[in-house]
Amino acid sequence: MANELSTNVNEIVQYIVIRIGDEQYGIDIKYIDNIVRMQQITRVPQVPDYFKGVINLRGEVLPVLSLRLKMGLSQDEITKDTRIIIIKMEAHEAIGVMVDSVKEVVNLSTAEIERVGFDRDGDRGNYAMGIGKHEDGLITLLDMDLVLQGL
Amino acid sequence: MDVSQYLDIFLDESKEHLQNLNTSVLNLEQDPENPETISEIFRAAHTLKGMAGTMGYKRMQTLTHDMENVFSEVREGNLKVNAAMVDVLFRCLDAIEEYVTTIQETSDEGDNDNEPIIKELNAILENKGAAPEEAPAAAPAAETAPAADASAQAGGAWNAMELSEEEQKAMEDAMMANKKIFGVTVYVQESCLLKAARAFLVFKAIEEHGEIIAANPSTQDIEDEKFELEFSLVIATEADLDTILNAIKSVSEIADAKGAPFTGAAAEPAVQEVKEEKAEKAAEAPKAEAKPAATTAVTPVKTEVAKKTEKKPQQEKATLAKSDGKKTGKPAVNRTVRVDIEKLDSLMNLVSELIIAKNSLVSTATSAGSAGNGLNEQIEYLESVTTNLHESVMKVRMVPIESVVSKFPRMIRDISKQLNKPMELYMSGEETELDRTVVDEIGDPLMHMLRNSADHGLEMPEERLAKGKPECGSIFLDAYQDGNNVVIEVRDDGNGIDVERVRQKAIERGVMTEEQAYAADDSEIINLLFMPSFSTAKQVSDLSGRGVGLDVVKSKIEALSGEVDVKTKLGEGTTFSIRLPLTLAIIQALMVVVGGEKYAIALSGIQTIENVSPKDIKTVESKEVINLRGTVIPLLRMDQILETHSKRNPGADMVVVIAKKGDKLAGLIVDELIGQQEIVIKSMGKYMNKCKFISGATILGDGEVALIIDSNALI
Repeated sequence: MANELSTNVNEIVQYIVIRIGDEQYGIDIKYIDNIVRMQQITRVPQVPDYFKGVINLRGEVLPVLSLRLKMGLSQDEITKDTRIIIIKMEAHEAIGVMVDSVKEVVNLSTAEIERVGFDRDGDRGNYAMGIGKHEDGLITLLDMDLVLQGL
Repeated sequence: MDVSQYLDIFLDESKEHLQNLNTSVLNLEQDPENPETISEIFRAAHTLKGMAGTMGYKRMQTLTHDMENVFSEVREGNLKVNAAMVDVLFRCLDAIEEYVTTIQETSDEGDNDNEPIIKELNAILENKGAAPEEAPAAAPAAETAPAADASAQAGGAWNAMELSEEEQKAMEDAMMANKKIFGVTVYVQESCLLKAARAFLVFKAIEEHGEIIAANPSTQDIEDEKFELEFSLVIATEADLDTILNAIKSVSEIADAKGAPFTGAAAEPAVQEVKEEKAEKAAEAPKAEAKPAATTAVTPVKTEVAKKTEKKPQQEKATLAKSDGKKTGKPAVNRTVRVDIEKLDSLMNLVSELIIAKNSLVSTATSAGSAGNGLNEQIEYLESVTTNLHESVMKVRMVPIESVVSKFPRMIRDISKQLNKPMELYMSGEETELDRTVVDEIGDPLMHMLRNSADHGLEMPEERLAKGKPECGSIFLDAYQDGNNVVIEVRDDGNGIDVERVRQKAIERGVMTEEQAYAADDSEIINLLFMPSFSTAKQVSDLSGRGVGLDVVKSKIEALSGEVDVKTKLGEGTTFSIRLPLTLAIIQALMVVVGGEKYAIALSGIQTIENVSPKDIKTVESKEVINLRGTVIPLLRMDQILETHSKRNPGADMVVVIAKKGDKLAGLIVDELIGQQEIVIKSMGKYMNKCKFISGATILGDGEVALIIDSNALI
C-alpha cells in the first residue's frame, strides 16, 4: 500500500471520506463495492467484539466490522447517518465496515498526501497509511489491507 | 481445429478405461479363464491405445500397444494368466495412469519411456515361445474380414460419391504421384455423443498416412456434425488399405470402417478386389472362419466381432434407405448427458434463491393477514413446486459412490502384497448415492481409513492363526442410506484398538495428565486418535503411522458436515463409521427463539421436543440433567451458550429440544419454538467460523439472517 503512494507523483486517487467521531478517514474507492444503510445485524456469539455480526446483502451473508471498536474507540451509536461500507479486496473475504457516516468522495493527488512518519507496528489501532490534505481538513487515509489483516 | 479441445474427453475416457482395466485385471486374477473379462480388457486396452495415438501421445501409445499385445495373446489362448503377469500388468496400468496425470497437469505426456515395463511385457510375450506379431495381426484381420464382406455386398457408400472438378484433379495428381486412391466409409457408434470430435480424430488418423481428397458430407458439414452415423472419404495414400482402416478403427466410438480402392463411378472392379482381399484375410486368420457369403453368422468366437456383425445388416439397411429410416430397429441408447458440475452448481444456487423468495412470499402473506384463501392456496402450490424442484436438482447431483470405491480392491491387493499380509476387501452398497461434491471429497478419507485397517488393524497371519482367526484378514466397506444421512463403514476383523496403549501414549505425549487419562472413558481416549500427529503404531511404515491420517480424515469429513465415529473391541476388530448428510445446501430445520433472537436447528439432529418443568431438573456432578422416561439427559442452557439472556419466565415450563448424536443425547433449553422450515445454508466466511457450534447462517423470509446451531457440536 505504502509503496503505491510513492510511485507516481501526479497520480490522482479517489477516496471516500467517512466520519468516525470527530475525525475524517479516507478509504480508497477501488476497494468499495457498495455502501448500504444501517440494517438489522444478527449477532454472532463467541467472536471478537469488533465484529457486530452478520447481515444479508442481496442473499449473501456478510460479516460486519465496527471500525470504531477495531480502532479501540468507544461503542458505536447507531444513528440515521450510520452506514455499512462493503469492502471487497482480493486478498480478503468480502466484509462490511460500519462507520458513523459517509461524507463525500474526494480526489487526492500524490502531492496532497503526506506519508505517515511513525512506526505503525508499535501503535495498536492505527491503520493510517498517509494523511490527505483537502480544502480545510485533514483526512486519515486507511490502509484497508492492514485493517483486515489478522481478523 | 485444434486437438487440445478434445483433451478433456480424452482425459475423462482414459480414466474410465483405466478404472475399467484395473477392475477387470483384478477379476482376471481371481478367474484367469473368463473369456468375457479377457475380451473386456482387450477392448479397453485397444481403445486406450487408439486414443493415445490420435492425441499424439507416442510414449503412452507404445506402452499400451505392448500391453494390448499381451492381452491379445491371452485372448487367443496362447498365454496363461499368472500372478507375475498380473503384477506386471498392474505396474503397466500405474504407468499409464501416470501418463494421464502428467497430461492432465501439463498437457504433455512427459518423458518417461517406462522401458523396464515394456521389457517385462515383451518378456512375457517371448516366454510363451511364439512370435508376438502373429496374434495382433490375426485380431484386426478378423475384424476386417466381415467388414470387407459387408462392403462387398452393399457396394460401398463411397462409390455413390460424386467428385467435383478440383477433387477429380487432385485425385489424378495423386495417381500420377503413384499414390493409391481408396474410398472409405466410416461408421460412428450410435451412442457417440461428440460425432464431430470423433470425425476429427478420424481425419487426423488418416492424415498421418495420406491425404483426404474428398468427403461426403463435406468436411465443413462433418465438422459441424451435420451427418448421421456415417461419412465417406476419398483418400490418397502410399500406405495400404488395412493400415488406413486400422488407424480409423483405433479411434474410440467408431463402430466400423470399410474401404476399397476408389475408381469413381465404376464400382465393379472394386468389389472384385475386396472379395479377393477378404479371401486372403480369411486364410490368414483361421480363427475368424469368415464365410464369404453370410454376413450374419461370422465368427461367434469373439464377442466384439459378433456384435459388429449383428449391427451391420441394420446399418446397411439404414444406409440404403437413406437418412430418415434410421430410427427403425435402433437399440435402446444409454440416455445420459454429461454436464459440467459448475452448471449444476449454478442451477442449485438458483433453486436456493427461489426458495428464499418463496419463504419471503410466505412471510409477507402471513403478516398481511388473511388476504384471501386464493392467495394461500397459490402459495402452498408454489411451496410444493419449489420443494419438488429442489429434490429433482439434488437428485441430478447425486452419483453412486462406486466411482470412488471401485479403486479400493486394487489398493488392498497391493497393500496385501507389500505387507505380506493376506487380506480380502468385501464391499457392499456401492450403488449408494451422494452429492457429487461429497463423492469427490470422500475418496481420500476412505483411503486413509482402509489403509489404516490394512496396516494397523489386521494382524500378521501367524498372529491371526495363533488367535484362532482365519489366516486371511477381512476388511469390509459398507455403505447405506440411513434417513437423511449416508453411512459408510470401514470395518476390519483385526486386533482392535488397544485403549490402554493409547492412554499411556497420551500421558507420554503430555496430551493428558495421568489423572485425566484414567478419569477419561474409553471413547474419549479413542477420540484422541483423531488428534493431529497422534499415532500409536510402534513402527512407522510406508503406509501409515506417520501421524497424518485420522486427523485429516476427521477434518475432511467435518468440512462436509459429516461426522466420524469409532467402535472397537480389543482382539475382535474396529469399525470406523462416517455419517454424511445427503444434501449440503438446503435442509429442513426447526426454528427456535433464544433471548429474542431466531436460530435454526437441523431437524435431522433432533429426536423429540419436550416440555419440562423447572423442578424436574436434577444436578449430577454439578451439571443439570433431566430424567426423561428413564434416560438421564444432560441439559444445555442455550441462552448461556449463545451469550445472551433468556426472556422466558424462570418459573414456567421450559421448552427442551432433545438432540441426538449417534447414541448420545442432550437437551437444549430454548425460549420458544417457531416451527419447521426449509432453509438454505449460507456460509458466513472465515471471519465468523470461530464459533464451533454455529455451522452457518440462513436468510429468513423477511430478509433477516438467522444462525444455524450445529447440535452435534454441542453434544
